[in-house]
Amino acid sequence: MEEILSVKNLKKYFVKGGFARQKETVRAVDDISFSIKSGQTFVLAGESGSGKTTVARLILRSIEPESGDIIFDGIKITNDASSLKKIRTECQMIHQDPYASVDPRMKIFDIVREPLDIHAIGKPSERKDLVFAALRDVKLDPEEIASKYPHMLSGGQRQRVAIARSIATKPKLIIADEPVSMLDVSVRVGILELIKELQNKHGISFLYITHDLSTARYVGHVISILYLGKIVETGLINDVLLHPRHPYTQALMDSISEPNPANLQKEKKIRINEPIETDVYQGCRFRARCPYAIEKCKQEPELEPSGDKRSVACFVKID
Amino acid sequence: MTTLSIEELEVQYQLRDKTIRAVDKVSLFLKNNESLGIVGESACGKSTLGLAIIRSVPGGKIVNGDITLDGKSTLKMTEAEFAKTVRWKKISMVFQGAMNSLDPVFSIRQQFEEILQAHDYRGDRQKTINDIIDSVGLPPTVLDKFPHELSGGMKQRVVIAMALVLRPSLVIADEPTTALDVLVQAQILSLLKKLKKEGMSLILISHDLGIISEIADNVGIMYAGKIVEFGTLQEVYSNPKHPYTQALFKSMPKIKGEPELISLKGTPPNLANMQTGCRFYDRCTHAMEKCRKEPPKIKTESGHVLCWLYE
Repeated sequence: MEEILSVKNLKKYFVKGGFARQKETVRAVDDISFSIKSGQTFVLAGESGSGKTTVARLILRSIEPESGDIIFDGIKITNDASSLKKIRTECQMIHQDPYASVDPRMKIFDIVREPLDIHAIGKPSERKDLVFAALRDVKLDPEEIASKYPHMLSGGQRQRVAIARSIATKPKLIIADEPVSMLDVSVRVGILELIKELQNKHGISFLYITHDLSTARYVGHVISILYLGKIVETGLINDVLLHPRHPYTQALMDSISEPNPANLQKEKKIRINEPIETDVYQGCRFRARCPYAIEKCKQEPELEPSGDKRSVACFVKID
Repeated sequence: MTTLSIEELEVQYQLRDKTIRAVDKVSLFLKNNESLGIVGESACGKSTLGLAIIRSVPGGKIVNGDITLDGKSTLKMTEAEFAKTVRWKKISMVFQGAMNSLDPVFSIRQQFEEILQAHDYRGDRQKTINDIIDSVGLPPTVLDKFPHELSGGMKQRVVIAMALVLRPSLVIADEPTTALDVLVQAQILSLLKKLKKEGMSLILISHDLGIISEIADNVGIMYAGKIVEFGTLQEVYSNPKHPYTQALFKSMPKIKGEPELISLKGTPPNLANMQTGCRFYDRCTHAMEKCRKEPPKIKTESGHVLCWLYE
């Protein structure tokens, strides 16, 4: 299987403060490499502040990386017009909040049509059909919905409109940044099913960014766990989630409450310590909270293969 | 030791030309030292129900029904009497998003003192504050900090401590873990579990069936202003009866077990123009002709279900 996107040694630092305060460098994305196979869903999972959205912005080049390469569909993305045009038509994004990501003053038809106009896809006379086809693909009735405004739709429908807009340009890769976390439980599954269906029908690859490991397991094939700008564990989704090896992944799994009546009598145990003061950029970043930390963890662990198509960045590696 | 019982409670919001029936004929009970979970999606009325119990529904009105606390009706009390004897002293609440409502210009200690002052607390105030901050697992140094110096998880603990400071016997927690990171969420949850073990009764309002299963002895499933199913955690979770409850369980992605999901069609109804009959009618796979009529309240082993299927 061919790789649609490959990211190599990507780095992005932000500088915080400066006025009346000591300048501080935040390593939001620190030497991250991963690749997405064509037709697959790659999950980037982490808590807030782990740098997952920064990765998305770097891929679409809405911010400049410090260093590192992004190779999309065989072409290295740089600042020249042709590669930017390629990534911005063939790679689309779905945002978290469907209430903020669509223009409230535009009709649904125009919202979905806008990317076609911008990228001059199809003849103007054909664009109506393309818009209708995209709306049908996301299970919305174009006749009924095209002339409505976003406020007339429910959250789930709005997210479908955002998805229709993203598939209108026939992209090869869609970056979905927490696409269901703002939606109600009962409509979430519908959106997840839609993502799977679009993948099967059009062969679209997805980069699914989330903090929610249970929805990740439902749509994903491969997963990378991000902690403070570093990938700590990566592998096939069931391997990583069902048998986590990195202490951070284990803590994340411990923290999930499944709907099980047996939970009531059990104590909730999460394998982390109260954070101790450390310099996060010295050695393993999880060291401050890790219950297994040893002296060696003061050095930086590399992401190393640990069998079954998995890599873990940990000196201890607990099974 | 608290017993709370809610009978046929109705809470409405009046818009210009519409009445929103956010809580519609809800009956629930909470026995001594038990905890209750209210599960529902957004806009089902679950927060309104919580607010109604402490008689503070902004913009809304309790139009019918009764709430009894330890055998005494709280709705029949005057506002002054309720504020003096019940609110925060017997029942307190952790509001949704409350960690963002801490006042940025006062230290945490000053904000605790304000609560004690407002309730005429007699006793060693500083000791009370220190004890309570300790019981939520925070170091006393937190007291002299300002909200912006604390992390989300710490602020949430402070807010929980504020609800506990007058030692109420019942605390209502409305989505206490939402907007927190997963690890912090789990820590707040184990804190609530610990407090519960120490004898506090809790009403936990959440959309997350997993979180509810950590705390609640009894569960009410709320849909469009109604408690459609009520019973023990064991019964509702292992043998859900209402089609909505069943659908909710089937549509939740799980980490363990088969990732096979069935989605729910449609969206919840608009509370402003409610048709008669079962509110789940449009989305229900079992809908029948008689579901157009108000469903009966059928007794189950440990509670009730509002559904014609079990007539």
